[in-house]
Amino acid sequence: MSAPMVESPRAWRVNYLNVSYGIRSWLFTTDHKRIALLYLVSVTLFFFLGGFFAVLIRLELMTPPGDLVQSETYNRLFTMHGVIMIFFFLIPAIPAVLGNFLVPLMIGARDLAFPRLNLLSWYIYTLGGAFTLAAAIFGGVDTGWTFYTPYSSTYSNSNVMLTAVGIFITGFSSILTGLNFLVTIHKMRAPGMTWFRLPLFIWAHYATSIIMILGTPVVAIAILLVGLERLFHIGIFDPKLGGDPLLFQHLFWFYSHPAVYIMILPAMGVINELITCFSRRRIFGYSFIAFSSIAIATLGFLVWGHHMFTSGQSVYAGMVFSALTMLVAIPSAVKVFNWTATLYKGSVSYQAPMLYALGFIGLFTIGGLTGIFLATLAVDVHVHDTYFVVAHFHYIMVGGTIMAYLGGLHYWWPKMTGKIYPEGWARFAALVIFVGFNLTFFPQFVLGYLGMPRRYHVYPDEFQVLNVMSSAGASILGVGYLIPMIYFIWSLRYGPMAPENPWGAKGLEWLVPSPPPPHNFDVTPVVTGEPYDYSPESEREHAR
Amino acid sequence: MRAEMSSTSPSTASATSIASGRSPLAHHFDDLEQQFEASTLGMWVFLITEVMFFGGLFASYALYRALYPEGFAVASRHLDYRLGALNTAVLICSSLTMALAVRSAQLGRSRALRLFLALTMALGLVFLGVKVIEYSHKIHEHLVPGPSFRFEGPQARAAQLFFSFYFAMTGLHALHMVVGIGVLAVLWILAWRGRFSPQYYTPVEVAGLYWHFVDVVWIYLFPLLYLISRT
Amino acid sequence: MAHSPIVPQRVYWLVFTTLLLLTLVTVDVAFYDLGWLNIYLALALATTKALLVVLYFMHLKYSARLIWGFVGAALFWFLLLVGLTGADIFTRDWVPEPPGWTSGENVP
Repeated sequence: MSAPMVESPRAWRVNYLNVSYGIRSWLFTTDHKRIALLYLVSVTLFFFLGGFFAVLIRLELMTPPGDLVQSETYNRLFTMHGVIMIFFFLIPAIPAVLGNFLVPLMIGARDLAFPRLNLLSWYIYTLGGAFTLAAAIFGGVDTGWTFYTPYSSTYSNSNVMLTAVGIFITGFSSILTGLNFLVTIHKMRAPGMTWFRLPLFIWAHYATSIIMILGTPVVAIAILLVGLERLFHIGIFDPKLGGDPLLFQHLFWFYSHPAVYIMILPAMGVINELITCFSRRRIFGYSFIAFSSIAIATLGFLVWGHHMFTSGQSVYAGMVFSALTMLVAIPSAVKVFNWTATLYKGSVSYQAPMLYALGFIGLFTIGGLTGIFLATLAVDVHVHDTYFVVAHFHYIMVGGTIMAYLGGLHYWWPKMTGKIYPEGWARFAALVIFVGFNLTFFPQFVLGYLGMPRRYHVYPDEFQVLNVMSSAGASILGVGYLIPMIYFIWSLRYGPMAPENPWGAKGLEWLVPSPPPPHNFDVTPVVTGEPYDYSPESEREHAR
Repeated sequence: MRAEMSSTSPSTASATSIASGRSPLAHHFDDLEQQFEASTLGMWVFLITEVMFFGGLFASYALYRALYPEGFAVASRHLDYRLGALNTAVLICSSLTMALAVRSAQLGRSRALRLFLALTMALGLVFLGVKVIEYSHKIHEHLVPGPSFRFEGPQARAAQLFFSFYFAMTGLHALHMVVGIGVLAVLWILAWRGRFSPQYYTPVEVAGLYWHFVDVVWIYLFPLLYLISRT
Repeated sequence: MAHSPIVPQRVYWLVFTTLLLLTLVTVDVAFYDLGWLNIYLALALATTKALLVVLYFMHLKYSARLIWGFVGAALFWFLLLVGLTGADIFTRDWVPEPPGWTSGENVP
């Protein structure tokens, strides 16, 4: 760290948080850092709302008969859980919170390319969220988060329109975020910040943005057509007219499969930063990791048909999709190998962010490997629509994305707020979450393999033990999520002040004070070396 | 990450040449060049999302047309190709005037810029007017999908699918025209206030990209909807 | 300022006339029965027109390689959507029917 920066005395200093006060200064801000915090608050609200539905689901599944809710209510519970968690938490979580905060800081820019568009995207998100909340309040939706036609377009009597409008609108917030990132990464890099000096977090967000701009419009049109069919009888998916309901599934999954990579790619980006920092080593195989992000984004668009193996899709298309799905495992595995190689002979320390990162690698590997089971046509025919599938995608989405999101939040929390969180509690919470997560979802693999179908609120008695285990795990997991929430808020007021670089990490974001000044860099940084320069020389310099 | 905080701050210097007191350079860009490149790239990226947005419809259309060739052909003959051709010509004219508007902005000819913007909007309105006439014909002939749809012959179901596409695609396209006209109106006001100069005409260029894209969509819609089989 | 170059007016008018002529051709060829060729001819003509608009009116011809890349990506992904969806829809009937099954007519 050859920085001619003088450590400023602990005096009052203008930063993005104290530069102006009042609700208006937040609601009309165009500062990417403040917008990131707006997103942080809103995605957290939706996370706990989605979690509330999950609590009800797990409560109902404690006992074999349907004694807590009716089947219609249960349909609405799991639909609202899915819709809110996927569209309003998992997709925006890492890009819109951490990405928004860090992309300009990491590349040495003063803001994203289009700050007002960035604010607009938050408002669009909020508006879409309001529609979905309204739908939840008026009784919810019962189509499943997938909105399959013709049930969604013709038969369902729940609030399909409100939710569809909400998702349609929120899609544009995602598109605008992706657009902003793409242009920013292309055009706003600091002098000397070449493509191969970018932190891998940026590469991951670049790949994510590609999916956002190419995929999201397709699901938007699919949902729009469902809406038009409900309102005006524009019957493109209507089997009575010779329309093909499976066409909806194609359009839907063309986005919604890659959407899984919108969730996991930024998570992988976070993990790169955590693994290198806490094992104090250069990343192993930088360019492999960088290009594997791009490869995942591209291959991710070729595999959507694996959601439709048992839908009546052509078996020949199924074979092609099955084979292509196997290909995605390659770049994913490349990443896991490289992280492991980075850990090898590193000076690993187990701070809270690192615990999340290590948890991520384990859980993502389990989630990814069970994905290969499901990609295999014959196995999928056996376990499709069972809890095996549910467990698989929760290992990716919760075990992967949320672990990385929390790890990243801990890691950059000092930078974002200028405060240090209590490390002991944080490690404890990370362990609670890890244990609770596995107890919740591992039994579901077994349940699914034994044949318990998803989306039913009654089940035979012999499945009860595993279901009770799962519900018990869910309550531990819920407590695990509440602890960080509490100590993060606590730290805002009582936490010690954070230095500019508490982890001794590399990267431009650690060169500016915590919290950063309003325009990030008072002077434009000039980058002269590779990222992740945890070489012995630079380490000695840090130790001084 | 090895990085130095350089003392050269490249901002502010280049933007001062603008005559009006209000600098068009946003604080986070180094110079107008970077701002222009970012804005045009941003619009192209947005147009790519539009390609995929319409792309979902075009893809569905292509597949259904292959499944129901006769039905689509029969239904297509119920559209008036002369009105479609007229509208194609109108849009091509509007693209020309839009291109000339951008050129006027580049050359700093403010009066010409406003004239061409106004012409473009007028042509856009003509297009929408023709569309209204066509839609009212279709309503009159009971060709709007839904309970009131009437179509004789064995191809009635496929014809209703065709008209579902017709209304979804042209309706979405018309919506884009409306948005485009709104954008041009804003630009006209900005031009009237003298906001543009040969150094700064980014909004005109970017709006032009959008307008031409909407034209391109129609260039495909016209033969696909109106001219399936006229023999 | 090296913004986009100022294209001579002549070019715009030339493109414009070509576009109008191609529209006439598009209408005209639709009145000949060329069988399967009709659709491909119509698409080829439309693509030519679209290319003219994109290259000259939208200044793609004078734009950076990066933008070419993005446009190419959009086309590629659109073809992906059509191609893989079509791969399902047009191969569903390929499965031979097991002996003894009665072939159901399309349900009305």
